[in-house]
Amino acid sequence: MKTYAYFPGCSLEKMALSYHQSAIETTRMLGVELKELEDWNCCGATAYFHVDELLAHTLCARNLAMAEQEHLDVVAPCSGCYKNLYFARADLGRDPDLAEHINYALEEDNLHFTGSSAVRHLMEVFVDDVGLEELKTKVTQPLDGLRVAPYYGCQILRPRKNHEDVEQPRFFEDLLTAIGAVPVEYALRLRCCGGALILTSRRSALSLVRNLLQSAVESGAAVIATACPLCQVNLECYQKQVSQEFGTEFSIPVVYFTQLVGLAFGIPPKSLGIGSELVSTRDVLSYAAK
Amino acid sequence: MVPKPTFSEEIGSLLHAAHSNPLKTCIQCGTCSGTCPVAKFMDHSPRRVIAMINAGLKDRVLNSNTFWYCASCYYCTVRCPRGIDIAGLMYALKRYSIWKNRYQEGLVGPVFSETFVKTIMKSGRSYEPVLATSYLFTFGVPEFLQEAQTATNLMLKGRIPVLPPRIKRLENFRRMVRRIIPIGGAS
Ligand code: SF4
Ligand code: SF4
Repeated sequence: MKTYAYFPGCSLEKMALSYHQSAIETTRMLGVELKELEDWNCCGATAYFHVDELLAHTLCARNLAMAEQEHLDVVAPCSGCYKNLYFARADLGRDPDLAEHINYALEEDNLHFTGSSAVRHLMEVFVDDVGLEELKTKVTQPLDGLRVAPYYGCQILRPRKNHEDVEQPRFFEDLLTAIGAVPVEYALRLRCCGGALILTSRRSALSLVRNLLQSAVESGAAVIATACPLCQVNLECYQKQVSQEFGTEFSIPVVYFTQLVGLAFGIPPKSLGIGSELVSTRDVLSYAAK
Repeated sequence: MVPKPTFSEEIGSLLHAAHSNPLKTCIQCGTCSGTCPVAKFMDHSPRRVIAMINAGLKDRVLNSNTFWYCASCYYCTVRCPRGIDIAGLMYALKRYSIWKNRYQEGLVGPVFSETFVKTIMKSGRSYEPVLATSYLFTFGVPEFLQEAQTATNLMLKGRIPVLPPRIKRLENFRRMVRRIIPIGGAS
């Protein structure tokens, strides 16, 4: 059994509790243990980096140092947390002065950063670490014919980390195919959902959300799948506002990829946090319970 | 007397920390603006802001909403043919404008960011209901009611925390922060 230091991030405590629940349930079936980092703190989101980058890196480094103490790689389900932790590790790794400054601060919590723990997105655990062939062996209820719009969003891909294909990725589609679903092709799968602009510049964010919903719906998708709590909330919880603003009528469920994987594994919907959404997932469930 | 750094040099050095190529290498190709999903809501497109910085138009840059409307999607950054980290530049401009306390009136971004930082200083984790105070006041009545409706629905589904979360070793955490910013907002 492979164990990771699990960094849930602030959203998964409540707003995206269903992502947390479905992540735990599905990884368990894959023989992966997500061991929650004890006393983790906020990664800084984007707002912290607006004010002070050094401090934002320190917040991330504290989490990384705690994972190092346990000799575990870190896994983050939120794309924003993932990006912050990933680049904090990379930046400290290539700048010894920065690492020394931050380590001086970390002494106050008896911690020390060395860079020994790698940072993974939860999706990478499924696609790369476990692998899709292995994942397929656990599928008992393939979601045959369910048309899903895979929504990558931004920070799982960008900025570029190593050498990955940031313009034409396929890993999300491949994952959906592995659980029997039909990934639909649509133009905006890599476009931004607006992120925190939904709070700070509402109109511009609503317009981005509207374009995304439209693109997904026109492709014939019955559901949108995401790998990030911020994307999920923007795309699902603001559909009413979008309709009001643009005179449209959207009502398309937006779920976490782990919820779809869980359904395909035959896990009861309730254990996957299904039931806490604002847009009903009834149509999605009809594909799982056959 | 040694000449003071120009505005473009100041911003350039902030961007240097982001390991980006210098703004002076920009060829004004417009790839960033063509890629940017928010460009049409910005006073000036990303390409134009870079031209303005290179031309030293400090006031016009700082008075624009451009960088506060940047969603940090990094699409421009991965596409720029000159390897300029435009998203990093937008971050640098946000920090610069908070640092100088100069930004376009009515923008929510700066207030939101500062509220966010204070929340983290207090408890180590973020808490939506407190953050909401930084932007709700900018809403008109219909928007406000809609927001309240969404919040109520989320609450009913158990998706909004009632109590602010807190990390356990908060005292250590605060001392850690004070080593980075000795007089900083840790109180
Ligand atoms: S994409 Fe790069 S080179 Fe082209 S205008 Fe934007 S910053 Fe300049
Ligand atoms: S990072 Fe900002 S400036 Fe660049 S494309 Fe995205 S929203 Fe536009």
